[in-house]
Amino acid sequence: MIAEQRIVTERLGIIDPQKIEDYIDHHGYEALRKVLTGMSPADVVDVIERSGLRGRGGAGFPTGIKWKYVSKTPGDQKYVICNADESEPGTFKDRLVLEGDPHTIVEAMIIAGYAVGASVGYIYIRGEYGLSQKRFSHAIRQARQNGYLGEHILKSDFNFEIHVHSGAGAYICGEETALIESIEGKRGEPRTRPPYPTTNGLWNMPTLVNNVETLANVTAIIRNGAEWYHAIGTPSSAGTKVFTIFGKVNSRGFFEVPMGISLRQAIDTFGKGMASGSTFKLAQTGGSSGSLVPPDLLDIPMDFDSFKAGVVMGSGALLICDQNTCVVDLARVLLNFFRVESCGKCNPCRIGNMRAQTILNGIAQGIGTMKDLENLEMIGRYLYEMSNCGLGQTAGSPLRDILTHFRPEVEAHIISKDCLAGVCAMSGQPALV
Amino acid sequence: MTVGTIASDKARQVAQEVCQQHGATRDELIPILSDINRQLGYLPAEALDEISTQLKIPKSQVLSAASFYSMLSTQPRGRHVIKFCESAPCHVQGGREVWLALQDQLQLKSGETSPDDRWTLETTSCLGQCADGPVILVDEDIYLNVTPDQLSGILAKYK
Ligand SMILES: Cc1cc2nc3c(=O)[nH]c(=O)nc-3n(C[C@H](O)[C@H](O)[C@H](O)COP(=O)(O)O)c2cc1C
Ligand code: SF4
Ligand code: FES
Repeated sequence: MIAEQRIVTERLGIIDPQKIEDYIDHHGYEALRKVLTGMSPADVVDVIERSGLRGRGGAGFPTGIKWKYVSKTPGDQKYVICNADESEPGTFKDRLVLEGDPHTIVEAMIIAGYAVGASVGYIYIRGEYGLSQKRFSHAIRQARQNGYLGEHILKSDFNFEIHVHSGAGAYICGEETALIESIEGKRGEPRTRPPYPTTNGLWNMPTLVNNVETLANVTAIIRNGAEWYHAIGTPSSAGTKVFTIFGKVNSRGFFEVPMGISLRQAIDTFGKGMASGSTFKLAQTGGSSGSLVPPDLLDIPMDFDSFKAGVVMGSGALLICDQNTCVVDLARVLLNFFRVESCGKCNPCRIGNMRAQTILNGIAQGIGTMKDLENLEMIGRYLYEMSNCGLGQTAGSPLRDILTHFRPEVEAHIISKDCLAGVCAMSGQPALV
Repeated sequence: MTVGTIASDKARQVAQEVCQQHGATRDELIPILSDINRQLGYLPAEALDEISTQLKIPKSQVLSAASFYSMLSTQPRGRHVIKFCESAPCHVQGGREVWLALQDQLQLKSGETSPDDRWTLETTSCLGQCADGPVILVDEDIYLNVTPDQLSGILAKYK
């Protein structure tokens, strides 16, 4: 039996998120005090680096190394940005932290600012997260009133300010360079990288961008030490991960466990098993750009490296599907997402996603050909090789996965005009185009 | 277009006020656009024009930002905007049936506004409430675990 271990979600439901006193009673601002009274910026970077913490925004970049890059880059003004644009379908872990424990992010941003030499922080919260914005803004005001934010924090020489910036509806603004463009008041179109934000970020200054969940680990690491943290999880991926689970399971919601849980364990323990009448068919893990996982990969331990075995952990979203999900229909929905959310800056992504979705719609309507499957494979490859940013580069994963794991089911749509799950237009259902 | 447009002097006046509240600088552009959109329901051309003057940036750049974000609209919309989450988690949890029923009840397709200006129907990507899908958003109110038979009750609340 796998048990929860709560670090990121430790205070959720336990403290009143609107009361700074509650936060302080639960180790709040202890890490900041420890940092400002006895640690140099280099000490802080060193602890984060040795902890093995990796970025929870999806890619798993080592956090300490990023902090070191920004700290070593000279700049008159540096910035810390907390990425709270959380828009990956299936993902709401960052919202839970911002709504339930906003001060932990305030505190971590101040510590990050001290470590890298930044005096200004921004948090970019997606426009649809009104409650998160409200709770976070309230936390900032309280922190300022209590001497944790502003000038001479805790009577030290360190000054730090945080601004809240609201998104306005665009998945792509979660990509860090698009996010920076958006704060600067432009369309959220990703820049060409390199240069990276660590050297040329907000207003071309060195900028640290970290995800909410990444930052939510920082205060506990400072308080308990790098060794404590590194001992949790798997060798490549230290610490815990917050997963969200939903779909055809008995219990939907979130849980936090040490890295390395398998899908089977997640479904059995935290999903409380498959819903009655449902048989596991596949899981869609890691959000839209993640992976479609067939039954034979149910026992792969999930961490930042398990994508090599075909299971992408990504944001930690676990969508559990049963026999009533059709893989063509699901891929159609996923490609529609990429088509809608593509910023349109580069051709492979703008056109490729549209083409792929049109082909999938055709297959779902019973007018697909075997040649279509070759074209889908080709589009997937082009998307991967020629797109400017991660959105386009991963948009082909559902295409690849349905053709690798569920080819006979896709071919049945073409050859015998048969939708096993009975959801596609050819089986008499209204077309959803 | 059947939808009434905002009087142009009102649009300019609101745009001017919002720019002054935020401070007329480039990095305030998106917050400014969001605020005006909230107050007027959309971004009329006169408002964009006024922002361009206040912030001293070309009109094309204001329009380019205004047309990019899904929470902003450069077209007038109905009195109530109803957004249906079309992402995979909601879809798998019964969203498909809700979407069909919603289009049927409103007699609208995605992106359309009803002849009486009461509704604009839109689809949206994930709203971060996936464990409680299907999800629809009516103006600022979110409805979770929506089933087709709840729709008429929900719609009746909005005149
Ligand atoms: C299309 C796309 C969308 C992204 N969306 C998010 C997001 O919503 N939140 C997030 O933290 N990172 C997102 N990222 C990753 C960010 O670009 C960046 O890597 C991350 O914020 C860095 O923080 P971390 O090192 O703490 O993970 C996205 C990346 C891509 C390519
Ligand atoms: S890959 Fe897609 S989302 Fe990324 S820059 Fe190109 S068009 Fe925009
Ligand atoms: S998929 Fe609908 S709210 Fe997330």
